[in-house]
Amino acid sequence: MTTAVADVGSLPREISPGRRALLRLARRRGAMVGLGVVVFFILLAIFAPLVAPFDPLATSWSAVRKAPSAAHWFGTDEIGRDVLSRVIWGSRASLLAGVVSVSIALALGVPIGLTAGYVGGWLDALISRMTDAMLACPFLILAIALAAFLGPSLTNAMIAIGISATPIFIRLTRAQTLQVKVEDYVEAARAVGNSQLRIALRHVLPNVVPPLIVQATLAIAAAVIAEAALSFLGLGQQPPAPSWGSMLNTAKNYIDNAPWMAVWPGLSIFLLVLSFNLLGDGLRDAFDPKSR
Amino acid sequence: MFNYLLQRLATIVPTLFFVSVLIFGLQQLLPGDPAMILAGEERDPTVIAYLHQKLHLDEPLPVRYLYWVGGVFRGDLGESQRIQKPVLDLIVEKLPVTIELAMLAILIALTIGITAGVISAVARDTVWDYAANVFALWGLSTPNFWLGIMLILLFSVTLGWLPASGYVSPFEDLKGNLAGMIMPAFVLGNATAAVLMRHTRSAMLQVLGTDYVRTARAKGLDERVVILKHALRNALTPVITLGALEFGTLLSGAVLTEQVFTIPGFGKLIVDAVFNRDYAVVQGVVLFTATAYITLNLLADLAYFIVNPRLRDRQEAVA
Repeated sequence: MTTAVADVGSLPREISPGRRALLRLARRRGAMVGLGVVVFFILLAIFAPLVAPFDPLATSWSAVRKAPSAAHWFGTDEIGRDVLSRVIWGSRASLLAGVVSVSIALALGVPIGLTAGYVGGWLDALISRMTDAMLACPFLILAIALAAFLGPSLTNAMIAIGISATPIFIRLTRAQTLQVKVEDYVEAARAVGNSQLRIALRHVLPNVVPPLIVQATLAIAAAVIAEAALSFLGLGQQPPAPSWGSMLNTAKNYIDNAPWMAVWPGLSIFLLVLSFNLLGDGLRDAFDPKSR
Repeated sequence: MFNYLLQRLATIVPTLFFVSVLIFGLQQLLPGDPAMILAGEERDPTVIAYLHQKLHLDEPLPVRYLYWVGGVFRGDLGESQRIQKPVLDLIVEKLPVTIELAMLAILIALTIGITAGVISAVARDTVWDYAANVFALWGLSTPNFWLGIMLILLFSVTLGWLPASGYVSPFEDLKGNLAGMIMPAFVLGNATAAVLMRHTRSAMLQVLGTDYVRTARAKGLDERVVILKHALRNALTPVITLGALEFGTLLSGAVLTEQVFTIPGFGKLIVDAVFNRDYAVVQGVVLFTATAYITLNLLADLAYFIVNPRLRDRQEAVA
């Protein structure tokens, strides 16, 4: 009897699929570096008032377009503002745009995709054709058009990016729902008399989440670039509020005598997007090891 | 083949309908009376009344949509408020510049993407594979407008090799045209090269594990022949199809590239239209891009169907 108990005790404890995926993620160096950099930027954005050495809006006519120095590590811009402080404060706009626009896309895309996949029939056909129509408009062109009609501001840029990213989530959720709804456990839930809504929310939805997490992470990377692109075009964050995209827009006019104005905001976008891409790739491998 | 074409066309019609509804709907996002906004700052009552009549603004929404879509079918995408020219004429005027840019970009993307993808798959898990993967990640993470500025800094400001901006027609000066287009084309093709590299790598890895490649090797064929003639030929089909689809994406990327390099193309047209509140041009460009994308999608599907005998056989069996 004692032996039997000891044998059972020595068996590896049952690990949930989610935990197993997290353990696999932790073993992927690239994903961990990505996560580290993302966390670094999040902390930078939260503690910007404490970390930034200068007021990002404070101008100084005696320090116009000064090269990087001990006083201004990243140099100053065309009206003497500290580039490092603006880069630090600019991380807020980028991260906010990334997270908010993807949240909008998830909030719209997941329920619509779940309904299309679960209900099927003419509703599915209608939603699918509407999704195809949105996907036919290239992401950035649609975002530009929406931002143009809504008016230039960071909020409208986030709405425009969120709406433009929605069809991808509709399509993904629908495809996953179609796969999951024919699984035995869903049939079992139906057999014991659960309502359709309960089955969709309690049994189907949790099982479509992993690919959505992967897609959301990669979509944040795309949204950060899109926000920078819209701000670069003047359709996102409005001056004088700092944003990496609008900083690049100004910097391109001074590239021959103040190149540092362009280097740092661009490098920041690159690092943040790269980190989200590394994390997204890692999550995909962790949730679906066969995809490697 | 004909059946397949009909099937595909049947799915395109509703998609195009929804695209038209979406683009028509954009105008409804304007706060207040569209005529007041379109009339400009002067808000001349005569102009506002004229716009109401011209755009049928006093009619119910579905009727206005029918007027608008009827115009689209006749090739009337509206008129630019700023330049007083038909939108279609403006698009046709600017399009060749963007098509040249996009074609050069896709050429660069195919060359870099396929080469890197093949090397990465053949030399799997070596330093070359890692380098190609790093290149792909770099390509996907670099904002092309920043890359453009950095290349201007290097090749125009520092080295003085290439012009930083502007456009010369190839019919006037071919050399000048290529000198001005090479940087923007590289910037535009960079991300596409990364996408194509990843797809080529994955397709090559799949093909390299097949029986016919093993047989070719067993016959003692030269490894280069096995890779280039047997493996790459088969792996390329989906990659080329993807390349055709990416061409549509390049039209969208051109917006930023043309802005950085001041190229008077299709992308610059939409940006200028946005800032001049020339909404008919914005709608026209989106409609044109979406239709081009859907057409390219159809052509890519048909090309894939033609070059892939297995799909053809399956279709015939179903018929």
